[in-house]
Amino acid sequence: MTMNAISRSQIYVLDQDEALDFYVNKLGMEVNTDQDLGFMRWLTVNLPGDPEREILLEKPGPPALDPATAGQVRELLTKGALGGYLFITTDDARKTHEDLVAKGVEITDEPTERPYGIDFGIRDPFGNRIRIGQMFPRTT
Amino acid sequence: MSRAVEESNRAMLRARDAMDRAYAEPLDIPALARIAHVSEAHFIRTFRATFGETPHRYLQRRRVERAMTLLVETARDVTDICYAVGFGSLGTFSRTFRQIVGESPSDFRRHRVASANVPSCFTKAWTRPSSFG
Repeated sequence: MTMNAISRSQIYVLDQDEALDFYVNKLGMEVNTDQDLGFMRWLTVNLPGDPEREILLEKPGPPALDPATAGQVRELLTKGALGGYLFITTDDARKTHEDLVAKGVEITDEPTERPYGIDFGIRDPFGNRIRIGQMFPRTT
Repeated sequence: MSRAVEESNRAMLRARDAMDRAYAEPLDIPALARIAHVSEAHFIRTFRATFGETPHRYLQRRRVERAMTLLVETARDVTDICYAVGFGSLGTFSRTFRQIVGESPSDFRRHRVASANVPSCFTKAWTRPSSFG
């Protein structure tokens, strides 16, 4: 048995329509699946050309979480304490940064050259952290 | 009620992000309160309730953390680093650094090694000196 890929990741969002606007219109992702399952809206996005890796944009709420717990998740998310961390690679960090600034995306960390590459940080509208990096080739 | 908390959290987080991003700039309470769209007194009180310490102390410790990083990772001199991280005078920088870290910038530099190649956002979050324990 060999596990060979991380195919889906999940983050919580407060509002799925607002999440769509951010992840698709601002970050340039595409909708992979947007389906009303009845019990939940299954909403996933992926980077263009990479449909095998999806991110589920899940809204915390009942019955998966009781209302009080959902409230705690929302509070932690909005204070930036919920984990949920996406790392995305780009072929040009400085250009990507410029593009996102022009679109009004919140920058948490300006592009910095580090031993592993050039990267910067942004936040989604809800408090999730996203790191975007232009990685140097690995030396192994 | 909880919607109000979420909006307040998000506003406080925006101000904290500004401190993480623009720590070297002359950020003061009025500027930060404007980012959060609240009055200065409300900002200080709410920031503390949200993150467990005042915005002033958060910023001071962010600047010290950045100074610690520059001391370890670069050969820049202490005075240069002091201004680069946003302190206005060498005296304040040295005093604050010693209060928080427990030794002078030069002593700190002598016996610390650079951290591993982890993304700087984690270094910033996890090596910022705090009094939380």
